[in-house]
Amino acid sequence: MRLKLLAAAAATLMTVAPAMAELVIPALNYRTGAYAISGIPFADGFSDYMTLLNDRDGGIGGEKINVMECETAYNTEKGVECYEQTKGQGALLYIPQSTGITYQLIPKASADGIPVWSVAYGRTSAVNGKVFKWVFNLPVTYWDGASVAVKYAMSEEGGSLKGKKIALLYHNSAYGKEPIRTLEKLSEKHGFELLQIAVDSPGQEQKSQWLQIRRERPDYVLFWGWGVMNQVAVQEAANIRFPMDKFIGVWWSGSEGDVLPAGAGANGYKALAFNGTGTDYPTLQAIKEQVIDAGKNAGDGTKWGEVGYNRGVYSAAVVAEAIRGAQAKTGKSAITPSDMRDAMEALDISADRFTELGLKGMGGAIKLSCAVHSAPRQAAVQQWDASAKAWSLITDFMDPDFDVIDPLIEEDSMAYAKENNITPRDCKM
Amino acid sequence: MLYREAGDFKTSYSADSQTFPIRFDRWGYYVVLALAFGVVPFLINDYWASAVLLPFLIYAIAALGLNVLTGYCGQMSLGTGGFMAVGAYACYKLMTSFPDVNILIHVLLAGGVTAIVGVLFGLPSLRIKGFYLAVATLAAQFFLVWLFNKVGWFYNYSASGQISAPTREVFGIAVTGPEASAAAKYLTCLSLAVLMAWIARNMTRGSVGRKWMAIRDMDIAAEIIGVNPLAAKLSAFAVSSFFVGVSGALFFSVYLGAVEVTEAFGIQKSFLVLFMVIIGGLGSIFGSFAGAAFIVLLPVFLKNVLVGGLGWATDLAAHLEIMILGGLIITFLILEPHGLAQLWRLTKEKLRLWPFPH
Repeated sequence: MRLKLLAAAAATLMTVAPAMAELVIPALNYRTGAYAISGIPFADGFSDYMTLLNDRDGGIGGEKINVMECETAYNTEKGVECYEQTKGQGALLYIPQSTGITYQLIPKASADGIPVWSVAYGRTSAVNGKVFKWVFNLPVTYWDGASVAVKYAMSEEGGSLKGKKIALLYHNSAYGKEPIRTLEKLSEKHGFELLQIAVDSPGQEQKSQWLQIRRERPDYVLFWGWGVMNQVAVQEAANIRFPMDKFIGVWWSGSEGDVLPAGAGANGYKALAFNGTGTDYPTLQAIKEQVIDAGKNAGDGTKWGEVGYNRGVYSAAVVAEAIRGAQAKTGKSAITPSDMRDAMEALDISADRFTELGLKGMGGAIKLSCAVHSAPRQAAVQQWDASAKAWSLITDFMDPDFDVIDPLIEEDSMAYAKENNITPRDCKM
Repeated sequence: MLYREAGDFKTSYSADSQTFPIRFDRWGYYVVLALAFGVVPFLINDYWASAVLLPFLIYAIAALGLNVLTGYCGQMSLGTGGFMAVGAYACYKLMTSFPDVNILIHVLLAGGVTAIVGVLFGLPSLRIKGFYLAVATLAAQFFLVWLFNKVGWFYNYSASGQISAPTREVFGIAVTGPEASAAAKYLTCLSLAVLMAWIARNMTRGSVGRKWMAIRDMDIAAEIIGVNPLAAKLSAFAVSSFFVGVSGALFFSVYLGAVEVTEAFGIQKSFLVLFMVIIGGLGSIFGSFAGAAFIVLLPVFLKNVLVGGLGWATDLAAHLEIMILGGLIITFLILEPHGLAQLWRLTKEKLRLWPFPH
């Protein structure tokens, strides 16, 4: 009878109270587990920006925003549970915060009619809006990132990578495997040798991988890591005295929490970036004053201004813009997920608009369309200064090699369309 | 008063040896089945299916499988996650290679493939026992996960290494893929869970099960009285792996729809199922269900109480959840080392005497 009692009690409690606010944005955060160090800053930044909008502007168009946090611990099963739990409560948009969960949600959310925005992760070929009607993958994709990293290495080497050796150290999962196809193509094109080295999740143990790197002596190490794996890799690289300026992480491997544990050894470590660094933005200052100092912050407030935090703010600002767009188009303040999708597709945020939002230079101008679900698809390189304890951008935002990537995207998205019997949309206006 | 065998006369041997000899139990069982098949499908929604009932049923099948091996035959195994992966990948390859065949057949065939793999990895059990066998099955766990991650053929060379289930139908109703309704998915898993439990129950109380238990209790004595250890141990591995394979296939195709082997079928999955079996009760069919319910439902329940009910921060609730679950497991194991099934047995003993215990 224990079971039945439990079930009866569960039945009363498992039906969650309906949301009070009308603009519901579920946040599939992970503040626990092996990936928490990467997940917390983003979660804090996202929530704090929305709190700022609620307090300062009374929400968007008079409607309060309800950021519904749900803990996933970067676990796919829990992510699905969170999705099912929140989708019935008027969720406008999902930001899965995990490539694994994104792959889960692409078919589910498409069937349920809720847009998914994988912020520079997830399935790269979702750029093709003709096939992936409900999925957005801005501002940049992993394939773009791989290409920019190679381009940067090439410029460092004086324009040619012929005969060089580049190692890819990656998280052995859908996330880490994303850049492989692009790098294989690029290695054919530029004549460098590609060395693939996998690290199994969660990546606390990398001794053998770094031994291999020491033996093979690659000219560059590209790094697709996440969570606790990042700090371990940076520490190991410092231990074998790998030249840090030849060690380039993806944007998820370039946050403060990843380099601080290695101390001075991490000096000069590079990472890609799609958003600005530092705290020199009016909106960030406003968050500090009106949210964190007022004690309304989502986390403990210490992440403010970190790379991951800024990324959360950036994502929240783009979501807010999309909501504004949807409200302007429909003339209603309470919008539906379908309105939200249309607004995401019509998203047009110029550099001036970012300045108006108090986030000048936080990201490149965004302009999406029916066929193109990612823009501007640029990344810059940032470098860690261990003495100043700060990241700074050392290049401009660079275009990837579209000639290589776009055919790959076309091929992969069409394969998906065929597998799932999707007729690509005709995107003529 | 109500719960007793007095007055419930049996006139045949088969009636006397039935699973539920007490009328009250029998009726309870029929009522639960009727509710599960007749009422729940009409009330179920996506949340209840995906967060609560599907994982419960699928883990219950896996726990049944491990219970056959560990609980009944006494062979320690830490390879459950790997065997679930075999079921999932077999199901995926079958689904994509033969799209016109009924998915239920694929799920059962996937169980069959897993049974073969299970027998292969069960061979060392003829020479080694206990902890050493656990280590051998641990090797199976790591080898299988590595294999499915490494060899592209298993995931049809997809760029991300993920496998995803295309839409497949049973009698014209989609049960896999994004279009499948909650009720269809639930009924598929429920039917298989009931079928598996029925098979397990009848195997374990027949001659096969008695041989397993003889091996478990003392293998030398069993051999002397005529039990063939080779046949008994390997059949336990085969049957256990079949169940685990079916649960892996359902886990991938019906429940999640897309999986990645390292995350979905890692070593933590093996431990999770082992905990279910230990908490539920080794050597008990009911225990498999109770253990699965405990491990699957309690976190969801706690999360809803702490976050939904009390409005606490999600990370605090997640940490508390782990602590409460761990605490409860320890408490249970100290107070009742034989698991929830033993608690249930004791309750029944007491109920029979109630209200006159002397």
